[in-house]
Amino acid sequence: MKSKSLAKWLISGPPLLYLLLFFAIPSLIMAFAAFRFPGDYGGLMPLTTANPDTGATELLINFGNWRDFLTLENFQRFFDEPIYFELFVKSFWYAGLTTVICIVLAYPLAWLIARSPRKTRDLLVLLVILPFWSNFLIRVYAWMIILGPQSYFSRALNSVLAVFGVEPVSLLFSQFAVIVGLVYVHLPFMVLPLYANLEKHDMALLDAAQDLGANAWQRFWKVTWPLSLPGVWAGTALVFIPALGMFAIPDLLGGTNSMMIGNLIKQQYLDSRDWPFGSVLSIMLTFTVLLLAALAAWAGSRGKDKR
Amino acid sequence: MKKVSSWVWAAAILVYAFLYLPLAIVVVFSFNDSALNAEWVGFTFKWYQMLLHDDVMLEAALHTLLIGLVTCVVSTVLGTLAGFAMYKWRLRLLPALVLTPIAIPEILMGVSLLIFFVMLNMTLGLVSITLSHIAFCIGFVAIVVRSRLQGMDESLVEAARDLGASPVTAFRAVTLPLIMPGIIAGALMAFTLSIDDFVISFFTAGVGSNTLPLEIYSRVKVPMKLNPEVNAISSLLMLLTLSLILIVSKVAPSALRSE
Repeated sequence: MKSKSLAKWLISGPPLLYLLLFFAIPSLIMAFAAFRFPGDYGGLMPLTTANPDTGATELLINFGNWRDFLTLENFQRFFDEPIYFELFVKSFWYAGLTTVICIVLAYPLAWLIARSPRKTRDLLVLLVILPFWSNFLIRVYAWMIILGPQSYFSRALNSVLAVFGVEPVSLLFSQFAVIVGLVYVHLPFMVLPLYANLEKHDMALLDAAQDLGANAWQRFWKVTWPLSLPGVWAGTALVFIPALGMFAIPDLLGGTNSMMIGNLIKQQYLDSRDWPFGSVLSIMLTFTVLLLAALAAWAGSRGKDKR
Repeated sequence: MKKVSSWVWAAAILVYAFLYLPLAIVVVFSFNDSALNAEWVGFTFKWYQMLLHDDVMLEAALHTLLIGLVTCVVSTVLGTLAGFAMYKWRLRLLPALVLTPIAIPEILMGVSLLIFFVMLNMTLGLVSITLSHIAFCIGFVAIVVRSRLQGMDESLVEAARDLGASPVTAFRAVTLPLIMPGIIAGALMAFTLSIDDFVISFFTAGVGSNTLPLEIYSRVKVPMKLNPEVNAISSLLMLLTLSLILIVSKVAPSALRSE
């Protein structure tokens, strides 16, 4: 019995320690930073000081003066100024639109893969994963080329628009470009869970529906779609959550008006160096994500019960 | 089996085109004899030659490989341990610590590690990037290894134990070879995630420790600047990942299917 618990500690100990040190503790420090004041030159106001005589580190904060070091101001600022809430709403809108487009694009693909013979199936799945293995930045950069003002695509589109008398549009550095980039990067995460779900469907149900006179649309809407909901929810969690926190795509493809939460967090940490407020934003994002993950898990398990 | 309608086929082909066309364009333009990514002018190798003399880019490539290799080795060991522990025992803390870094947006981990390293007075650089990469790769390895273990026939281990093998011998002689494809897949995943990572590196990198994604970012970030070399390095990176996947599909074909 004793050697068993020793083995348990020897095996689970190293990864546990590593993740405590480089994930849990940094996260807690960040959460704590949200209640502190910014330092004079950015970062955080120090809680300790080096004693000029001995050089030893001394704690400045104690039970009497903690109010000078800890504050709720940073949270106050978040709730007082509506622009931050609006930015959250806008990020939700971007991530939501991305998710919906991903569902629409992923469905035919997942359906085709699930209905293919075994041999082609593996190949088709690999073809979905392959672009995901290529560098994330390269995939974003590719769209900078395609949507650039001089590209074949932009010129073709604008010459078509000119026929209808519409002013030429700039595709790059726009909200459109951000959505395209978000969809492109996250699409495989929707296809895979959806395919895994569709693969398990009993085809006899569709035959039965057809025998009872359902047309193709009814067969999809009344049979396939409700059965595929757990897959859709799993894909939604995998697309919506990372899309919500994205900052590189709005940074590279978006204009001045397509900022997301991630960009604001990056700005607070690296540009204005207001770490406490950056931490408040990070905490808000974390709570949002946890809430969404819990919702998705709940929706997914409900879908399973129905079946 | 019912036949898939031609509408579905057409839509699926369009989506595949959407997935591959952008990458194809990057590769095609890497051979284009014009610094503008606009029109095909003629074939050239000059961007690749320029790349060979671009010390900054080469140094970034070296950093990326170095970080990727160390991350791959360490996170494969730690991730395999974690995956095994999660399969074997009902643990509470470990699964939470393993799975959360994967579930939350990367930026959250990036900024918290930034605060952490600065608080420790650590100079941001290759070491801080590597430590951070290991932290987010452990989870991916652990999940792949655990799912491989769940698919394993436990009675094989029991048989080995009945025949007198010690737990350690049973693990080495039975379990380990059986889960090897999972470990290889996890290692490949960790390596690719590390060389691919932009967000976490962005926050934990310091002066002079640029990785390839960071270098590419800083070059394409400047609007209207011409970056024909970026096409070339991107194409080479794609070639690298593609060959890695091909190698794994030859060495451990089942590893790729565990997705």
